[in-house]
Amino acid sequence: MDFDLSREHELIRRTVREFAEGEVAPVAEELDRTKSFPYEIVEKLGKLNLMGIPFPEEYGGGGGDTLAYALAVEELTRVDSSVAITLCAHTSLGTQPLYLFGSEEQKREWMPRLCSGERLGAFGLTEPEAGSDAGNTRTRARLEDGEWVIDGTKQFITNAGTDISGLVCITAVTGGEAADPAQPKEISNIIVPNGTPGYEQGEPYRKMGWNASDTRPLSFSDCRVPEENLLGPRGAGFKQFLHILDIGRIGVAAMGVGLAQGALDEALKYAKERRAFGKPISKFQAIQGKLADMSTEIAAARLLVYKAAREKDAGRNFTLTAAQAKLKTGRLAVRCAEEAVQIHGGYGFIEEYPVCRFYRDAKILTIGEGTDEVQQMVIARALGA
Amino acid sequence: MKICVLVKEVPDAAVEKRIDPSTGRMDRSGEKNLNPYDTHAIEAAMQIKEGGAVPVEEIVAVTMGPDSAVRALHKAVSLGADRSVHLSDPAVAGSDVAATGYALAKTLQRESPDLVLLGQQSDDGECYTIGAVVAEHLGMPSLTQVIKMDVESDALRCERQAEYGYDTVQIKLPAVISVGDAINEPRYPSLKAIMGAKKKPLDAITAADAEIDASKVGGENSAAQWIAAKAPPAKAAGEIIEDEDTGETVEKIIAWLDERKLI
Repeated sequence: MDFDLSREHELIRRTVREFAEGEVAPVAEELDRTKSFPYEIVEKLGKLNLMGIPFPEEYGGGGGDTLAYALAVEELTRVDSSVAITLCAHTSLGTQPLYLFGSEEQKREWMPRLCSGERLGAFGLTEPEAGSDAGNTRTRARLEDGEWVIDGTKQFITNAGTDISGLVCITAVTGGEAADPAQPKEISNIIVPNGTPGYEQGEPYRKMGWNASDTRPLSFSDCRVPEENLLGPRGAGFKQFLHILDIGRIGVAAMGVGLAQGALDEALKYAKERRAFGKPISKFQAIQGKLADMSTEIAAARLLVYKAAREKDAGRNFTLTAAQAKLKTGRLAVRCAEEAVQIHGGYGFIEEYPVCRFYRDAKILTIGEGTDEVQQMVIARALGA
Repeated sequence: MKICVLVKEVPDAAVEKRIDPSTGRMDRSGEKNLNPYDTHAIEAAMQIKEGGAVPVEEIVAVTMGPDSAVRALHKAVSLGADRSVHLSDPAVAGSDVAATGYALAKTLQRESPDLVLLGQQSDDGECYTIGAVVAEHLGMPSLTQVIKMDVESDALRCERQAEYGYDTVQIKLPAVISVGDAINEPRYPSLKAIMGAKKKPLDAITAADAEIDASKVGGENSAAQWIAAKAPPAKAAGEIIEDEDTGETVEKIIAWLDERKLI
C-alpha cells in the first residue's frame, strides 16, 4: 500500500497550489466582496488544461485522472471556494455528462470548447420541488416535429448564466407519466445551448457564500432544441444523473478537504503571530488542541477522498466511498472553518481575514451535491441497512 | 545553441529551515520543491528559445542530488526543458560549494553547452557562488545576478543588478549566467506538460560517468565545514509615538529618523 503521490500527481498538486496562491489569493477577497465572476482566472485555468482535467486529450482534455482532478480542486478550495466550485461544477457536472453519455458528434462539438475553458458547462437537475428527491422532476420535454419542446424551471444552477456559459444539460420528463401514473416517469437528459430561444437565466441568487460563482434559476418556456440534443438513450436520464452525482461527490469532497486545510493553515499562521498574555496564542494548550484535532481529522478525511478517486480510476465501484468522503468532508469543512474563526477571535468575524469567507463558504458543502442526509441514505443502502 | 540549466531541489519555502546538529548539514527531510530561482533560469532559457533570435536546439536541465531530486528535474522539464541529467552518487553527497561546483562542471562538460543558466541563489544554502565556481572549472566567463538578457549572435547583452543601479555587460558565449528573480515571471506548467514530462529523456549518471575525481568531492573532501548556527538576535521592541498633536508627532518622527541618520 502506497501513500505517496506519484511524481505527476505531486507536481499537479504543487502547480495548482502555486497557481492558487499566486493568481487566486490576491483577488479572492475582492471577487467575493464584489460578487464578480472570475473570468480571468477561468481563462488562465483553461490555458493550463485545468478546466478539463479528467478528460482525454483527443477531446481537448488535460489527460489526467480523477485523483489529479481531486488534487486540483482541493488546492483551489484551500484558497478560494468560488473559483473551485466554478471549475468543479464545470468539470464534474457540466462536461462529464457529455463525455460519458454524449454521441461522438456531441463530444466533438462541445468538449474542446468546454475543456479549454472557452465555454462553461452547467448541469440542470435541481428544481423547486426536486432537490434531494431529484427524480421528482417537473420539467417536461415533448417531441414535436423533430424537436424537443421544453417547459419548466430549474434552480440553484451553477455556471449557466455567465458571459461564457455554453450549455446546460437538463433532466426532463420525456414520457411515461401520462400513460400510466403508476409507472416511473421517463426522465432523459437534453442539451440546451445558451442562446436558445425560450431558455432564460434568472437573476443570480443572493447567497451566504460562494459569492464569486454564478448560481441562478433557469426557466424554459416553449424552448425548442433539435431531437439529436438528447444525451444518450431516451429514458436513461435517471441512471445517468445518479452516476454523475456519484462522480461529482468526489470533487465536492475534495473541496471539503481543501477548505478545511485552508482554514487550518490560516488558523495556524494567525495563532503563531497573535500574542496574548506575553506569548503567541499557539503556545496555549486550548489552541493547540484545536489545531491538532483539525490536522488529524483533515489527514483522515483526505485519505477517504483520495481513496474514492483511486477507486474510480481503477474502474471499481466507488459509490460508497464517494458518499462517505462527501459526508465526512462537508462536516469537517464546517467545523474547521468555525474553529479557525474561533482562533482568530474578533478578527475572524471581520472580512479582512480569509477565514471569515471560509466560514460562509463552508456550509453549502453539507448541502450541495447531495445533502448529508442523502449521503447517509446512500451509505446505509450500500451497507444493506 | 544548446542551453544547460542548473537546477536544485530545495526544502519548500513553507518549511522552517533548520540545521541537523548531528550532520552539520541542512535538514532536508521535509517537503521539497524546485529552487524558485531556478524556475527563473528555465524561463529565461525558454524565452531565448521562443524569442527566435537564435535557434535553440536543446534545453537540458542538470542537477546533482539524491534520488528525490528527480522531482525537481520533472518540474524543470514540465516547465519546458527538453531533457534532464541527474548526477547522483554517494561519493558527491555532502560536498561543499567548491566541490559541488567542480562536480557540476564535470557533468556539464559531457554536454558542451553554449550557455549555462542558473538561479542566482538557492533557497536553502544561499551561497550565490555556484555559478562562478562552475564557470572557473569550465574556463568560461561568468555573470551573476542578471535581470535582463538579449541574445546577439555569439554573445549576450546582460543587465546586472548591482548594489547601486544596473550594469550592462556584453559577454561572449559560451558563458555561465546566474539570474535574479526580477528577470521574468516564470510560467506555470500546464497539465499536459506535467503528464508529458515523463516521456522526456532523463539521463541518470554517476560520478564515474562524469569522470569526477572522487578525492575532490563529498563531505570528507570538502574544505568548508559547518561549525555552528545561531538565530539572529531578537529585534528590540519598536517605539510607539502617541499622536496627540500631529505637528508634534511629525517632529518626533523626524527627530527619531534624524538621530539614526536615516534622513
